[in-house]
Order: sequence, then structure tokens, then C-alpha cells
Amino acid sequence: MNNNVLLYIGRFFSLVLVQVFILNHINFLGYLNPYIYIIFILLAPININKSLFLFLSFILGLTVDMFGDSGGVHATACIVITYIRPVVLRSVFGLSYEFQTVKLSKVGFGQRLAYVTLMVFMHHIILFSLEIFNYSHTLLIGKKTLFSSLFSIIVIMLVLVLFRRKDS
Amino acid sequence: MQQIINFLIRNKNFLLFLLLLFLSLILTIQSHSYHKSKFISSTNFLTGGVYGWRYSINNYFGLKSENERLLQENEQLRNQISWLTADTIATKYIDTTSFNKPFTFIKGNVFRNDYSKMDNYILINKGEKDGIEEDMGVITDKGIIGIVENTSKNYSRVISILNSNSKINAGLKNSNQYGSLVWNGKDPNIVQLETVPRQAILQKGDTIITNGRSTIFPRGIGIGTILNYKLDQNQSYFLIDVQLFNDMTDIGFLYAIKSNDVLEIKSLENPKIDE
Repeated sequence: MNNNVLLYIGRFFSLVLVQVFILNHINFLGYLNPYIYIIFILLAPININKSLFLFLSFILGLTVDMFGDSGGVHATACIVITYIRPVVLRSVFGLSYEFQTVKLSKVGFGQRLAYVTLMVFMHHIILFSLEIFNYSHTLLIGKKTLFSSLFSIIVIMLVLVLFRRKDS
Repeated sequence: MQQIINFLIRNKNFLLFLLLLFLSLILTIQSHSYHKSKFISSTNFLTGGVYGWRYSINNYFGLKSENERLLQENEQLRNQISWLTADTIATKYIDTTSFNKPFTFIKGNVFRNDYSKMDNYILINKGEKDGIEEDMGVITDKGIIGIVENTSKNYSRVISILNSNSKINAGLKNSNQYGSLVWNGKDPNIVQLETVPRQAILQKGDTIITNGRSTIFPRGIGIGTILNYKLDQNQSYFLIDVQLFNDMTDIGFLYAIKSNDVLEIKSLENPKIDE
């Protein structure tokens, strides 16, 4: 248990640092950045204390906001996907979620992709709507959400494969 | 009472969610209005320090192009000096440092530069300690960058011209017509000049400069050239696309402009301050 807590703390800081040091400055094709720090939310244990989890995601989003000077955009997106994560888990994994036996490293590729896609897409739609915050730029919001989501999903799936834990 | 407490306990996650959502939405909305987005800012010592660390690694990679730019600027300044001193030195030696200069320049380096969002900010490595204040203009050797918006002891945040809150007065070099400079969020090297009256005579390639109508920028700092222009819907104003002189994606070093006459000008504008 203690070991796991250390793992989550390490994951929190390394994800934030990688995000603000490297990934926020990629600007692929001029405007595309992958947002992979939400792996922290994706990989949180299923039986985690919900209040603690909400609070942690708020801090996670706020840290990224602080580095990016973006107000509370990331924080909002993070707590929303944290709050609806159980719904997504139930709809993707069905029964095995009810019995709390899901391990993201054990499920099949299709299910994992579905879970990551749903969460990332939801996160990005909130993120870009709030960041642009202007009805006259709906097309831009759509474009940014779509392409950034694709980019993020690819990077997140790669990270999940590369950093799979052998023991669990 | 018991029921209320039970209700609170039962729904504590939902209530916490609402509270955090409310908090972060307030921060978001504040970040969209100028001069209110100060709570969550990268000028604190933690983020500033981390960006400083990153900068100290990254700046080696740009040294060559930066040197090249400095040499060019030196050349240009030297040409100006030789032209100036040719007739002044011959007559009398003047100690220019004792003059009341209208503007002082403070150099700085870019720690972080955004250009892919709608509201972009630039973090620089100079703060109150170095004499940076809010509402100072920021330029590079080529043209304008933005206005200082938030300062801490060691760092300050510049609201880039690539920001939906930024509105800077700018005009044509060859006439006195002026408009305000805004950005539509599309291309980081093209900004828009609005509300230039239709009487203005424009041509593609004309130079746009700051017009010195505020105390922030002195007159005559370059902005860019006219890429194309058209009349707006009411046929009364021009909408001009301006190709910037600066490459906003690669800034490097910059100068903050301190206006030494700002108090005098402000006191003339609102005489009540003196009473």
C-alpha cells in the first residue's frame, strides 16, 4: 500500500513536469499539443476515496494551469472527467467494474482504447471550449479538440504500453 | 437538522465537485478579462524557477541565431550613432547620460512563450527587482511583443499581442491615421489592425508602427507590413492583415520600455491626482 502511494506521488510529479517541460512546447503543425498528464486520472485505483480523488485532480489541473497561465481551464476539465469516470468505467467494462476487478494493464486493447478515447475526448472538449471561450470560434474549438484528442490518445496509448508494470 | 447533515454526508462528493467546479470556473472566467487574471500566474517562484531551469538548458541551442540578431542590431545602432555624432561631437561634448531621457530600456530573456492558444502570455526573467512595472511596453530589436501585465520580485508576465485581451494603438508610418491592433487567433505571425478610417490611403507592403498616443510605447516602433486589407461591413473602416516583423514563435531576448514621463503625463490627464 505504502509503495503504491509513493508510486502515485511520483507519477503525479513526473507527469506534470513532462507536460509543462516538453509537451506544452511541441506545437505540432503550429497548434497541436498532447495533454498526457490525465494519465494520472486514468490510472487511479478504482476503489480510491472519491473526495480525495476529486481534490487531487483539482490540484493536478491547477498546477498545469499555473505553468501555462491558463486560469482554471485544466482544473475544470480534470474535475469533470474525474467526476464522471465511474460512469465511463461502468459503460466500458460493465460487470468487471461492478466487482472492482478491472486492471487497465489486463484488459484487452479495444476496451482500453475505448476508455482512453472517451476520457480524453471529454477532457479536450471542455478544455478547448473554456480556453477559447467564444461562440464565434466554434469551428476552431472543434478542430482543436479533434486533432489534439487524436494526438493525445496516440501518445497516451504508447505511454501505457511502454510503462506497463510487470508485476500487477 | 439530522436530515440536513445526513444529506450533506450522503452527497459530499457531489457537493465537493460543485465547489471545485465553481472555483475553477471563476478562475477561468477571470483569466478571460484583462487585469483580473492574477491568482493563477506563472510569475511565482516555483513556476518561475522551474522555467528558469528549463531556460538554462535550452538557451544553448539558440545562441548562434541570437548572436546574429545582436550583431545586426549593433550594426544598425552604430550607423545611427555615427550619423548623430558627426555634427554634435565636433562642436561640444555632451554627456548624454545626464539627460532626461523620455524612455529607458531594460533587457530581458524569454522563459516561456505561448502562441498556440487564444490568450497567450510570455514569461520573462526580469521583475520588480530590475525595475519592471505593470503597463510597460515590451519590444524586441524588430518590433513590439506586448505589455507587462503582472509582476513578481524576479519574474514578470507579458500579455502578448497574440491575446484576445490585447488592444494596442498602432498607425501607418506615412500618415497619422491609426487603429487598434488585435488578433483573430489563427496565424501567430499575422495580426489585425481594426478601425482605420476609410480615408486612409493604404498599399500592400506599407509599414505599420506604434503611434505614440499612449505612454506605453514611444512612437515609431515597428510592428509589421500590410499583407492585405478590405473595408468592413459598414464600409467605414478598414480591416488590415498585418504581417509581423517579429517571429512570435522565436523571440529570444527582448526589452521592456520604461516611460520616464509617465507620472507627468498622467497628472496632466487627470489633474485631480495632484490636489
